[in-house]
Amino acid sequence: MADTPAIELQHITKSFGSTRANHDISLSVYHGEILSILGENGSGKTTLMNMIAGIYFPDHGRILIDGEEAIIRSPRDAYRYRIGMVHQHFKLVDVFTAVENIILGDNEESPRFNLKTAAAKVREISDQYGFELDPFKKIYDMSVSEKQTVEIIKTLFRGADILILDEPTAVLTPQEAEKLFAVLRRMRDAGKSVVIITHKLHEVLSLSDRVSVLRKGEYIGTVKTSEADESLLTEMMVGKKVTLNITRTEPKDPRERLKVQNLNCYAIDGVQVLKNVSFTAMSGEILGIAGIAGSGQRELLEAIAGLQRVKDGEIYYIHPNSGKIEDLTEKTTLQIREMGVRLSFVPEDRIGMGLVGNMSITDNMLLRSYRSGRGFFLRRKQPQQLADDIVEQLEVVTPDTRTPVRRLSGGNVQKILVGREIASSPTVLMAAYPVRGLDINSSYLIYDLLNEQKENGVAVIFVGEDLDVLLELCDRILVISSGEITGCVDARGATKEEIGMMMTQGGGEKRA
Amino acid sequence: MWIAFLQRAVMQGIPLLYGSTGEIITERSGNLNLGIPGIMYVGGICGVIGAFFYESSAAVIRPLPAILIPLLCSLVGSLLMGLIYSFLTVTLRANQNVTGLALTTFGTGIGNFFGGSLIKIAKSDMPSITMTTTSNYFRTALPFAGKLGWFGQLFLSYSFLAYAAVIIAIIVSYFFRHTWTGLHLRAVGENPATADAAGINVNRYKYRATCIGSMIAGLGGLYYVMDYANGVWSNDGFGDRGWLAIALVIFALWRPNFSIFGSIIFGGLFIAYNYVSNIGMSTQELFKMAPYVVTVLVLIFVSVRNKKDSLGPAALGQSYFREER
Repeated sequence: MADTPAIELQHITKSFGSTRANHDISLSVYHGEILSILGENGSGKTTLMNMIAGIYFPDHGRILIDGEEAIIRSPRDAYRYRIGMVHQHFKLVDVFTAVENIILGDNEESPRFNLKTAAAKVREISDQYGFELDPFKKIYDMSVSEKQTVEIIKTLFRGADILILDEPTAVLTPQEAEKLFAVLRRMRDAGKSVVIITHKLHEVLSLSDRVSVLRKGEYIGTVKTSEADESLLTEMMVGKKVTLNITRTEPKDPRERLKVQNLNCYAIDGVQVLKNVSFTAMSGEILGIAGIAGSGQRELLEAIAGLQRVKDGEIYYIHPNSGKIEDLTEKTTLQIREMGVRLSFVPEDRIGMGLVGNMSITDNMLLRSYRSGRGFFLRRKQPQQLADDIVEQLEVVTPDTRTPVRRLSGGNVQKILVGREIASSPTVLMAAYPVRGLDINSSYLIYDLLNEQKENGVAVIFVGEDLDVLLELCDRILVISSGEITGCVDARGATKEEIGMMMTQGGGEKRA
Repeated sequence: MWIAFLQRAVMQGIPLLYGSTGEIITERSGNLNLGIPGIMYVGGICGVIGAFFYESSAAVIRPLPAILIPLLCSLVGSLLMGLIYSFLTVTLRANQNVTGLALTTFGTGIGNFFGGSLIKIAKSDMPSITMTTTSNYFRTALPFAGKLGWFGQLFLSYSFLAYAAVIIAIIVSYFFRHTWTGLHLRAVGENPATADAAGINVNRYKYRATCIGSMIAGLGGLYYVMDYANGVWSNDGFGDRGWLAIALVIFALWRPNFSIFGSIIFGGLFIAYNYVSNIGMSTQELFKMAPYVVTVLVLIFVSVRNKKDSLGPAALGQSYFREER
């Protein structure tokens, strides 16, 4: 390790509107080391790295490269400082070959257009670090791991000495991840600095030399990996328990309402997103689902709602009065509704899946109820009434109910969506991140609404990201990690550390 | 007869080749310009306006200005059309289909308005105006065309604009594959966000591609009047060649070198009814449909084969706005 850090961040602060993504963060990356940036979702890891890569510009603070202040305004500037970043979502042109993608936009450095010499250079880089890549393979013929290789080589091709990878293993199989780690170690040994953004503890411990931890936009600290263990890192990552004072009543007369057994689902690209998921949701209780974002929560809810293809496994619904058991597996939303199952779903994608942005509040109400109308013409009276009620009771800030939903703020959009779903008096209510982007008051309003539904004997399934809230609000918490259920705990006795460990374990280690 | 048929097919195909080469460049930048029929029409009438005023004002009509003036007028006219389209769709991010269709209506209207005006100024007896001298200069064939029998007729009998069309198509084809600008242009049409991240100025590429594409397409209109129609302009004489040019883009799988052959096939299919004996008016129209039927077949074929490179630029028809994700 050289004495001057390759990158030094001093007091970096970045805000988006009123939310502060990074606050007064100072950390350094040295030559020839692998540094992990560890933190939960929304802790500001990616934002911080994007400032080094030239995507964002810091509001305050300085970035020093090799001891000198650097102004990085664009990815091109970043390359000039020999910084390359591999984003979570690849920026590749599908119908181009690997080498075409690699040289794209590189015309200033090499004025002559020559694919052959470029391909030779790509092969040279591949050999040096142990990549396997055919430079003339088209991107659409590639696996996710190959695409990532293209992205990494793209940065090396432009001479990057500092390589930042945003959640590089999120899309890889354990074997592919191991290969990647081997390459990264070779790069470190060649004197390059590697920064990986991750929330997987075992990766941090097996790969990196040092770990810097962020929590809610703040810098918590940096430790040497050799001196760290899982419990220390978890504590740094999730922090101490905070009391929120959400009222929680004992479930009244809990009965089985929804039963999921051995559910397996695959995404379109063939990746298994749910693995042998089994659980039961009871009436009159709130079942929390905790997990790092993208661990299969979305697919799980969509599978229940009839929006996601199920490979195998069963989903049963037990009617509240008759006790009749219905099989919901592989049924469409419409079929589910026709069976008399009152299932409500508040998706995480509010405008898009939940509501139609360009339509008014009233018309969005109509979307849920138009099937009950008779005749050719729309009857707006009832939905109009419902819209008025929601606006009044949930204190939605809007000029009137004719305003397109798109123009409302996030919190108000969410109130409308939750209000509409509750109005159909569901027996199962599924809500994915219902308080994301909401301020404290709106959040509490949503918690109260969920509690009210629980009181009414609804089986509430709540996918959340804030562990403090999950612990205070839910009766039981199901922990999901890489599509697997890694635990189910009673929220009254559980601790954050316990859940944090379950969220980050499994996946990689278990599959390998 | 076959030689004559092929020769006519080529001549029929040249305007389509110009139109499709122009449209391919435009579409490669992600702009689906359905205004091509209007732009070609404007390219034609602007050439006519230039030629008309030169012929009526100059005492002696010399070959060089007789060719350059209409050529320049045509290029400027279609460039303006391209600029309108780019401004609306790239800067103002208007819907591309609506803008394109509006431009076609607009271009046809402009053409007919000025065409009608010129007919009136010329006090012509027929609903058309004729620029024989200019057309003769435009139609000058290679010197040995007449002496080499069928070979001369098939390969050497065309005017310079016809050869230019083929040469432009070949150059554009090479340009896509073997230059930085070509690579960047294709990236813009496939994935503008990626191109943007690579430091490519997406809007500038879209503007340039659309304007250059329009100018090339406009030459198709000029060729039609000056060569194919022997310098006779009559309103609505251009027919649906503009739409054929757009169909040809799909037929040629967005490759200008394919579109050279495609244009001859389309041209041949378009005039085939003349060479089939004993058919009525109604059957004629069925024959004229053939190019579109072939295009649909090609579309079905490539869709079934589902190879991503032959389905056109991925971001075709979408406006790009960096902050929108």
